[in-house]
Amino acid sequence: MELQAVLMAAGGGSRMMDLTYNTPKPLLPVGNKPLIWYPLNLLERVGFEEVIVITTKEVQKEVLKLDVKLKLDVVCIQEEADMGTADALRHIQQKIKTDILVVSCDLITDVALHEVVDLFRAHNATLAMLMSKVNEFTETVPGQKGKKKAGEQRDFVGVDGTGKRLLFMANEADLEDGLAIRKSIMRKHPRMHIKTGLLDAHLYCLKRSVVDFLLDNKSISSIRGELVPYLVRKQFSKSMNSQRPKDDADQDQKKKDRNANLDILVPSKDDSLLELTRERSCWNDHRGDMSEAYHGGKLRCYVHLMEEGMCYRVNTLAAYIEANRMAPKLFDDPPVHPSAVVAERSLVGADSIIGASCQISDKTSIKRSTIGASTTVKEKVKITNSIIMNGVTIEEGCNIQGSVICSNAVIGRSADIKYCLVGSSQRIEPEAERTNEVIVGSDQLMEI
Amino acid sequence: MADAKEKEEPNQAPSINHTADGGDSKNEDVGRSKTDGRELTKEEKQRLRKEKKQQKKGKSSKEDKGSSEHDQGKGKKPVALPESQVARSPPQKAAGPTAPAPEAPAAASSSSSDKPTKSKAELKAERRARQEAERASKAKKGEPGQQPSSSKSKAVPSELQPVVKRLPEHVQVDDPAAIRKLAKKLERQQIPLRSDYGNKVSLFSHLHQYSRNAPLTQQISIPSTVIHPSIVQLGLQYSQGIVAGSNARSVALLHSFKQVIQDYTTPPNEELSRDLVNKLKPYISFLNQCRPLSASMGNAIKYIKKEISNISSQCKEEEAKIQLLECIDTYINEKITLAAKVISEYAIEKISDGDVILIYGCSSLVNHILCEAFEKKRKFRVVVVDSRPRLEGREALRRLVKRGISCTYVLISAVSYILPEVSKVFLGAHALLANGYVMSRVGTSQIALVAKACNVPVLVCCETYKFCERVQTDSFVSNELDDPDDLIVTRKGKTHLQDWQSVKSLGLLNLVYDVTPPDFVDLVITDLGMIPCTSVPVVLRVKNVDQ
Repeated sequence: MELQAVLMAAGGGSRMMDLTYNTPKPLLPVGNKPLIWYPLNLLERVGFEEVIVITTKEVQKEVLKLDVKLKLDVVCIQEEADMGTADALRHIQQKIKTDILVVSCDLITDVALHEVVDLFRAHNATLAMLMSKVNEFTETVPGQKGKKKAGEQRDFVGVDGTGKRLLFMANEADLEDGLAIRKSIMRKHPRMHIKTGLLDAHLYCLKRSVVDFLLDNKSISSIRGELVPYLVRKQFSKSMNSQRPKDDADQDQKKKDRNANLDILVPSKDDSLLELTRERSCWNDHRGDMSEAYHGGKLRCYVHLMEEGMCYRVNTLAAYIEANRMAPKLFDDPPVHPSAVVAERSLVGADSIIGASCQISDKTSIKRSTIGASTTVKEKVKITNSIIMNGVTIEEGCNIQGSVICSNAVIGRSADIKYCLVGSSQRIEPEAERTNEVIVGSDQLMEI
Repeated sequence: MADAKEKEEPNQAPSINHTADGGDSKNEDVGRSKTDGRELTKEEKQRLRKEKKQQKKGKSSKEDKGSSEHDQGKGKKPVALPESQVARSPPQKAAGPTAPAPEAPAAASSSSSDKPTKSKAELKAERRARQEAERASKAKKGEPGQQPSSSKSKAVPSELQPVVKRLPEHVQVDDPAAIRKLAKKLERQQIPLRSDYGNKVSLFSHLHQYSRNAPLTQQISIPSTVIHPSIVQLGLQYSQGIVAGSNARSVALLHSFKQVIQDYTTPPNEELSRDLVNKLKPYISFLNQCRPLSASMGNAIKYIKKEISNISSQCKEEEAKIQLLECIDTYINEKITLAAKVISEYAIEKISDGDVILIYGCSSLVNHILCEAFEKKRKFRVVVVDSRPRLEGREALRRLVKRGISCTYVLISAVSYILPEVSKVFLGAHALLANGYVMSRVGTSQIALVAKACNVPVLVCCETYKFCERVQTDSFVSNELDDPDDLIVTRKGKTHLQDWQSVKSLGLLNLVYDVTPPDFVDLVITDLGMIPCTSVPVVLRVKNVDQ
């Protein structure tokens, strides 16, 4: 077997608590399918037959009900354990027998996965990852007061001339004094392109030896936060390239341990035939200096930068809204579910999606919206640019614009909701007028 | 050897890998040759039938019938009659379907044409051993006779009916029937078909032309189940040019085969010797789709298949695997590593102090020779000639300069300028054909031509495992077309050829190989010694007899 797929679905969705306080993130509906369906669909399309899913008990029940042809091996972890992604890999270490493809549950993309995996295969890389251009979110996000915040911390990504080899990766948060680049990198790759407008898709191909390495280095708990920058740095560290004897006199114990651990990453005996091949092959990945291919380095990290196509990571409210807009393009289910009852005199726009068992009454107008399953929409309702989740009841005469209504909410008659986020099971009293608010939890209804 | 392999294959496994055969096919005449394997298979079957008949009826006139028939039947082929008749006597064993007997038919025939005396004795001995089964094959004698000799199609000793001439698939791209056949075969093996790309120059429209941006891995599932992962990796490395060069490709191929063998388990009710060969066939098709097989790879595959078929059924799986892995290691050691050593020793004799040596492109063997010569304290300097679009000379330049050899670097357009300074030319080869032609990187024949005109000796260095029983007199018949987009270059921000596909009358041609006639080559240095170009068929024959 060549690759095993691991789907990380235990994350909490900490950046959109308003949506996820009641529903776990993997089950958030996007385009009327749970979020976790999208990466599973991607893996299925590409040809995977089994996936290891790491998630919590709540999600497990739902996941097993999904209609995917993959064989899902669900591993439950405690939500309270607050495991990082690397910790999770350590947890399932016994199931891992070959190189792995780690995917995050909030990735919605139509990337040609073979591009990433080809880099991994062709160059015998230790890490291959996917990045795409950051998406500009143009829709108004409910509940956001004032201008958009400074934005998340930027990532600085350095790639070589071909745009494939990953030379440098750091997050703005870690660079207090400015960007420092080691001389060893510049000597080997004098031309480096540093990009900042990139979104990490959290899709990684990792070699099996990395999992073994994680076993020994229990201090690494997050793949994205710690493991990847570590691997990228270690490409150019002296201990990887020169076979120094392990027992250097002036190294303290800790360093010795780390060196010993690094050797796991390097294939210890690079098969003599592979060496012979490389020696006889007249190929080099760079030119201009006297070194052989890959500068003799055994640890290589590659990145595939997606130029076109869709790639979203649904970890903020803005991303969630955008993804709802774009996700339907990924599958070709009919926009109006066959079991939905849509009255004749209603106006359902072509870019709207109606879920199963919905009831849309007369004289309603639905434009650019997503209506979840089992939702009831009474007469004379106008819904624009909104996301209505499952089980919602919208009474007559409502006007909902640019909002997100979570599951099982009830919107009273003639309510006017603009750019709001209505939490799960909330009730909006009739004749209410809300603009740009987040209505969740025990936020009581206002009295008119 | 090769012949035997070919002959046996059809008997054991009907679905022959077209490309493997094509790769090894001997005697490709301009558009008219058929592979030995094909003919012989039919021949074999016919022969067996005939034998049975003969035993009952005792015909002896078949010989005459056969000869006359093959004179007529192969009207197209410029059959040399006397040759075929002479050839008929010794190479009787040609058709030897029976045993994995070393095929001296090829040897026999060549021997008959070249040096009848010595080989005839050997052949007679062999013939006696096979006389029982061979009487009927007299008609077929003509066939093997033709094989190795240059530029003739073999006379098909078809006594009963004219044998279908078959061209290898890879030179029949403009024939829709051949393409359909290939597509069907690939479908059966569950390998995706790679589609051609771009306008082809009409003179080369019979060859495949692929784009590097459309790799074959797009069409297979990502954790590849049908094809072993190391083969997928190898195919990718071939198509992207990461593993390039005849020796490197063969070594990488054998390395992958080692992985395949290690991971292989015999299914129940199957024999390792047959099943493993069948398992390898789709892999070879896949690799061929990624990049057409080289002659050295073809020979390596033949060797492996032979070794696998020779595993006795008593052998346990573990032992068989260990044995096979050892065979592969021995092959690489003998044919590549030790051969390089021996060739360096011979070649170093030819390098004298004060020499100016010209090399072309990046041949691993020539680089090895020069480095060894430098170690042995010979004083010489090197002129590295390079050409677009591959620019492999830069890699050769880097390796030589790293060792400390003083080098000059020119492009091929400056060859006639630099040649008066040069005292010797060392060239590497991709394959040596049975008629003495040298198949090498495109541009080699030009260098040889200019060197000849300037009276500079040209020495070709080539290991014997690259000797191929094919025959070619020009570079058009069978060649490889690389990605035409490699020719596009951006200078000062302008890419003039960016939309070359929209100009219907424009075709970009990126040839990979060309053939150099033996008149331009003064010496071939092989691990068997230093031989003239015309002795290649002899070496092939000797190899076949040995095996």
